[in-house]
Parts: sequence; structure tokens; C-alpha cells
Amino acid sequence: MSRVWIIKSILLLIIIALMTVAGAQLYKHRHFKMPVVAGPGVTKVAKLSDYTQGLKGTVADTNVFYLEGKEAGGKIFIMANTHSNEPAAILTALIFVENAVVDKGTLIIIPEFNNSAGRNTRPGDGYPLYYEIPTDWGSKKFRMGNRDASPLDQWPDPDVYVHYPDKQLLSFLDVRNTNRTWPGRPDGPLMERVTYGAMQIMWEEKIDIAVDIHGAETMFPVTNCIVAPEKSMRIATMTSLTVKARERFDNHVEPSPSGFRGLSHREIGDYSGTMPFLLEAPLPFLDQPTGPKTVNLLLDGKDPFLLSLSKKKKLFVPYDEAGWPMEKRVGQHCSVILEIIRQFSRKFPDKAITLQNVPRYADVVQNGVGHYYHNPDKADKADVHLN
Amino acid sequence: MPVIMILYYIISAYIAGMLIWNFIKEKKSVNDMLLYLLVVIPLILRILRVK
Repeated sequence: MSRVWIIKSILLLIIIALMTVAGAQLYKHRHFKMPVVAGPGVTKVAKLSDYTQGLKGTVADTNVFYLEGKEAGGKIFIMANTHSNEPAAILTALIFVENAVVDKGTLIIIPEFNNSAGRNTRPGDGYPLYYEIPTDWGSKKFRMGNRDASPLDQWPDPDVYVHYPDKQLLSFLDVRNTNRTWPGRPDGPLMERVTYGAMQIMWEEKIDIAVDIHGAETMFPVTNCIVAPEKSMRIATMTSLTVKARERFDNHVEPSPSGFRGLSHREIGDYSGTMPFLLEAPLPFLDQPTGPKTVNLLLDGKDPFLLSLSKKKKLFVPYDEAGWPMEKRVGQHCSVILEIIRQFSRKFPDKAITLQNVPRYADVVQNGVGHYYHNPDKADKADVHLN
Repeated sequence: MPVIMILYYIISAYIAGMLIWNFIKEKKSVNDMLLYLLVVIPLILRILRVK
């Protein structure tokens, strides 16, 4: 063998080794299944594809948990991980799935709304592939996803995403963003089929309230807030004032812009009788001028660069050495959702929703998020659902 | 599979083929050999539909 071919063979072997090691990690991440223990309030578990055929057999299909009360009442639909790199959402949704007991009305929850994005990552930003939440029985491992669905599941991207049905021109990337593809269509790109499936839930189940849980940068003005269109504004405002007065945390209200299409807080309200709310909690991990994107930054939100920016008043939320820990973010989401339900039930007593066993802000901050998760190894196998 | 998708796979296969051909033909620059191999990785993964 000539010298050139020896060099080529060595290079080829190095590349194959690198490709195999890196590929195996990404393959394991994509196929990692997280167990969700259905709590005492869960009455049924369905699939989103039960509402739209276009999702059958695709990776975008996802679990839908139903918690039905003994008495009829209003209906609330909670979606988490619309953006799978905003983990306070799924952590909040699982607290509801694993603990809530509904007395009156119905609670429907999708913990992993964009299932494809939950199996994607952002290697260019050095995202961790997993994070673990300490619990009373060990730790619970979660996949860290990305904002957009994986190009492995929806490809190729267009040059410009033409929103359906408004024909507004959006970024090409937003064709894989399930907070730009509302209200969707049954035969559109995969992510439009996901949002169409959720719209089918709104229409078929006659949902009263839809809550889409998110997280946002501390340097972005639409953070630590409830985004609401005109029809949800009264309840959002009452919720914001009440949590501030009773639980001592800020969560201001932002109006949903009517000219910016494809967002859940706009399209759900415009295309159904449902009142939408989008919840944002501060997520320092998403800010650009931070140190490495580590699991610690994700969970405790502590970063020296953000601290320095905070002292220069460049952030939109209060920020100090304590960072913005996950307990605060998840606790806020729990309290805001419970308060939205309470305000809705006061305004529409004939459609009241009552539930118990869900912790509020102070409880989550004191006990930690993991305290509310159950051990899948000890649970009845029929109650364990993989997502 | 839509026509645009088939066209993308054909383009990927064509470019991957050209890169492999250039890798085989390259006699001097080790840098170029390495670059051809690195660039061809995503194209091969796409063609093989590795998920």
C-alpha cells in the first residue's frame, strides 16, 4: 500500500470512529424514553393522532392525559414543551399529571407537545443532552430538547415559511416551530399537523381554557408574564394581580399582537371558542451572553455575565446571586395555572373547574420540583407511560 | 415522498459522490483529504436516512 493510501485509511478510520461515537450519543438521546407515572386523577391516556390521522405512525405523535372530575364543569387544556428547550414547562405539566385530582370539570394535558423537538438538540450551542431532577427516591432523567422539530422528521425547510391560512411570511425555521404553525392543517407539514391535532381537541372537547407553558430569556421583554389576547385579558389581569398580592411574585400581562400570526395565544382564540394563555417564566439558559450552557445553568439559572448585565439594568427581570432556580419557575407556572382556573371558575360558575393536590409557588420552592414525582419502578406498570 | 424530497436526495448523493471521488483522487494535501471526509458525513447520514 502506498504512503498516500495509508494516510487516507488512517483519516477514514478516525472519521468513522468520530461519527460512530457522536452518532451513538445522538441516537440514544433521540430514542431515550422518559417514564411518566399517571397519578390518581388520570382517567384516560390517548394519543394526539386519535384527533388527526396525519400524525399516525410519526414521531410527532404524543401522549394526551385526561383527568376527568366526577362532576361536569369547564375544560382546561395544558400544553408543555411546545419548545422543548424550555424545561420548566414539562416539569410543571408532570406535577399536574402525577398529582392532580379533579373534582369538577376536565383537565387535559400534553406534556411533550413537540415530541420531535424533544428528540432534537442544538450542538452548535453546546446544549446538554439530558438533565436530572433530584427526587425523594433518586433522580429523574429528562431529555433536553430544542426549540424546533428535528430536520430528521420534517425536511427540507422552505426558503420562507408561508403561514397557513394567513399567508404571512415567517422565518424558514418557523415551519418546524409549533408556536408558529397554529392553527395548522391536516395535510400540511408535520408541525402544522401537530397544531391541527390540538385544534381538533379544542373543537371536539369544547375546551374553555388553553394554557401553553414556555420560558424566555431574561434579556427579552416578553418574559415572566402571561401573554393573552383580548378575550383572555380580564382573567389574565386578575391572575397577575392576585399572585402578586397573595404569593408575592411578579407575572405581568402582555397583550397578544393581532398582526403576528401562527402563535398559540393568537390563533387558538381566533379559531375556536377557547380562551388561550401563554405563560413565560425567565430562563437564563436561553440568554446569549452567558457562560457555557451547562446543566447547572439550566437548573439554577446562575450566571456571572447576566449578573453583571443586571447591575447595568439590561435585564427585564430582577436578577441577583441566587440566579433564577427551576423551583421558582415551576412554582410560578403551577400557581399561575391554578389562579387562571380559579378566576375562570369565579367568572363562569356554571363551568367551574375544581382540583386538588397541586402545589403552589411556595410549596414548590420549599420542597423542590422532584418532590412531586413518583418512582416509576415502584408504580403499577399500567400507570407508567413512556414519552 | 414528495418530488422535492427525491430531488434533495439525488443532489445529496451527487455531491457525496463528488466528494468521495475527490478524496480518492487527492494525492498531496492531507488537509483536503480530511475536509472531503468531514463534509461528506452529513450527506451520507442523510442518504442512509439514519435517525
